[in-house]
Amino acid sequence: MEKITRFRSRTVVLPQSDIDTDQILPARFLTTTTRAGMGDALFADWRYDEHGRLIGDFPLNRPEAEGCQVLVAGNNFGCGSSREHAPWGLVDYGFKAVISTAFADIFRNNSLKNGLIPIIVDQPTHQWLLDHPGVEVEVDLEQRQLRLPGRSPESLPESLPETEMIEFPIDNFSRYCLMEGIDQLGYLLKHSDAISRFEQHRA
Amino acid sequence: MAGKSLFRKVWDNHIVVPETADTPAVLFIDLHLIHEVTTPQAFALLKERGLTVRRPDLTLATMDHSTPTVPVASLSDLDLVAEPAAAAQIRQLASNCREFGVELHGFGSDERGIVHVIGPELGATQPGKTVVCGDSHTSTHGAFGALSFGIGTTEVGHVLATQCLLQRRPKTLAINVNGTLPTGVSAKDIILAIIGRIGVDGGVGHVIEYRGDTIGSLDMEQRMTICNMSIEAGARAGMIAPDDTTYDYLAGRAAVPKGAAWQEALARWQTLPSDPDAVFDKECSIDAATLQPMVTFGTNPGMVIPVTGEIPANTGDGSFRRALDYMGLESGRPILGTPVDVVFVGSCTNSRMGDLRQTAAILEGKKIAENVRMLIVPGSQSIKAQAESEGLHEIFQAAGAQWRESGCSMCLGMNGDTVASGQLCISTSNRNFEGRQGIGARTILASPQTAAASALCGHVADHRTIG
Repeated sequence: MEKITRFRSRTVVLPQSDIDTDQILPARFLTTTTRAGMGDALFADWRYDEHGRLIGDFPLNRPEAEGCQVLVAGNNFGCGSSREHAPWGLVDYGFKAVISTAFADIFRNNSLKNGLIPIIVDQPTHQWLLDHPGVEVEVDLEQRQLRLPGRSPESLPESLPETEMIEFPIDNFSRYCLMEGIDQLGYLLKHSDAISRFEQHRA
Repeated sequence: MAGKSLFRKVWDNHIVVPETADTPAVLFIDLHLIHEVTTPQAFALLKERGLTVRRPDLTLATMDHSTPTVPVASLSDLDLVAEPAAAAQIRQLASNCREFGVELHGFGSDERGIVHVIGPELGATQPGKTVVCGDSHTSTHGAFGALSFGIGTTEVGHVLATQCLLQRRPKTLAINVNGTLPTGVSAKDIILAIIGRIGVDGGVGHVIEYRGDTIGSLDMEQRMTICNMSIEAGARAGMIAPDDTTYDYLAGRAAVPKGAAWQEALARWQTLPSDPDAVFDKECSIDAATLQPMVTFGTNPGMVIPVTGEIPANTGDGSFRRALDYMGLESGRPILGTPVDVVFVGSCTNSRMGDLRQTAAILEGKKIAENVRMLIVPGSQSIKAQAESEGLHEIFQAAGAQWRESGCSMCLGMNGDTVASGQLCISTSNRNFEGRQGIGARTILASPQTAAASALCGHVADHRTIG
């Protein structure tokens, strides 16, 4: 897995709240037996019309969304099905982070294991990001900070903190694995002896 | 020191390595249920790394999500009825199970069915166990006092390889349901009302314990319906304390302990209910006596009203407006009388014997409306056999409904059982998301009784008022 420490990107915005994993990756694409190519199916029912043509005004299809690595989405992103195909699709499409006010638990867990950072921000920051699609942000995983360098003071709502650095929560372990580009199975396998002792104790 | 909750007792009993500020807990898993859709990439990982399945004896496989609901006698017949990608995925599960020594309930097995239906049926789901599956409706098994939750495919790989998961301890939410349930109000209506109350994100980061005398009065199938939809409130899991109803259901089933071991298990299970002084991170109370049959009107399970209610006024929220546009519904209008094209009775939420008997009681001696297509899909092959031994299939077929083989079917439309674009389906399943039952399909979630009554009328109906 690619190591992530810090990157800059413009944002693309999907303002709907409660975007579920059926929208992110519809069920009919789940008959795959690999992880490859899921980006083509990302938001398929929103991105393509019934003839399979891209819908021009869907935010991801607009020219300015080209190359964006940060998705700003409405509240409670990733609810519903546990399908890991959702973060696979987002990562394959080119996203490295999703910003929302809240994430569904299973989606968040799946994302952290696939190099996709779920960034939780407060309501004013979230609203500002929704209102300013395409703004360039910096994600600093090491410092757990989201930086909004493009913000001009006059465009800020009063309740927004003056600093341009916004801390976001991420647990130490997931952060370490993302920064080192390692998966978590190796860590679990190191506990084989403890697992054996647990099994014997219960037998 | 405060007493422990049911959740906390089960959690503490499965800690292999405790969590620290820097590392999550290593949690032991007692039962790993697997199916064809969320496992191919996990088995591929094992092969890449030369790993084995650590505990095939704690792993149980079935095929349910993309399987046809027309008869398939064996894997070799699959190509006749399944699309090639689905057939390949189903075959891959069979070959992975063979290669790694995992028991599979495949085609031809009398015990095949929806993964969350067969776990309890076989007695594999038991109080105090940790149960996981690459499927969000794993919360179903919490009805037995198990800690059970859905995981992604990477985590499926972790459990296959180590029988453990890395987890942070979630918070707890007690939902107290007390009072006498009015006649005609079901477990499905209770859980839809709860999700309407706390919202689709109301349970995020929490394990729900459903408590109170109403919950205690429910049978195991009804408790499963409630725990099943915990995930639709965003909860990590849903649990109900085991009691005599639980033990009576489990007694004698294939995978439960027998003889002296059964007595020992009972003694252990009886210590699981939350201590009287247990403290929960959040609490919420519901008066069962005020509940009515519920139906959804939007595109998530929290957008729900009594069947006699009106579509709520637009909140001004863009997502709300979008949902009504998608559904073709208008604020201020009653939902009763909304024409339906398709009726689906099935899914891990409502496909068990009680659901089928209630559906049959409403359909018996009647015909469904002319323009309605109705699909009734039992949760497992053994439920199918039981229903047929009671003659329920004859009632369904005489009414004009289609009676199918078990599987997830039209709940998520992966197997070809879909709703056409623009059509409205009243469904006993668990998700009314955009396109869930087919591209452009519209879904109203409801109980089996409400679905059956609506099938007869050809529009959304109150089953309490049809004779």
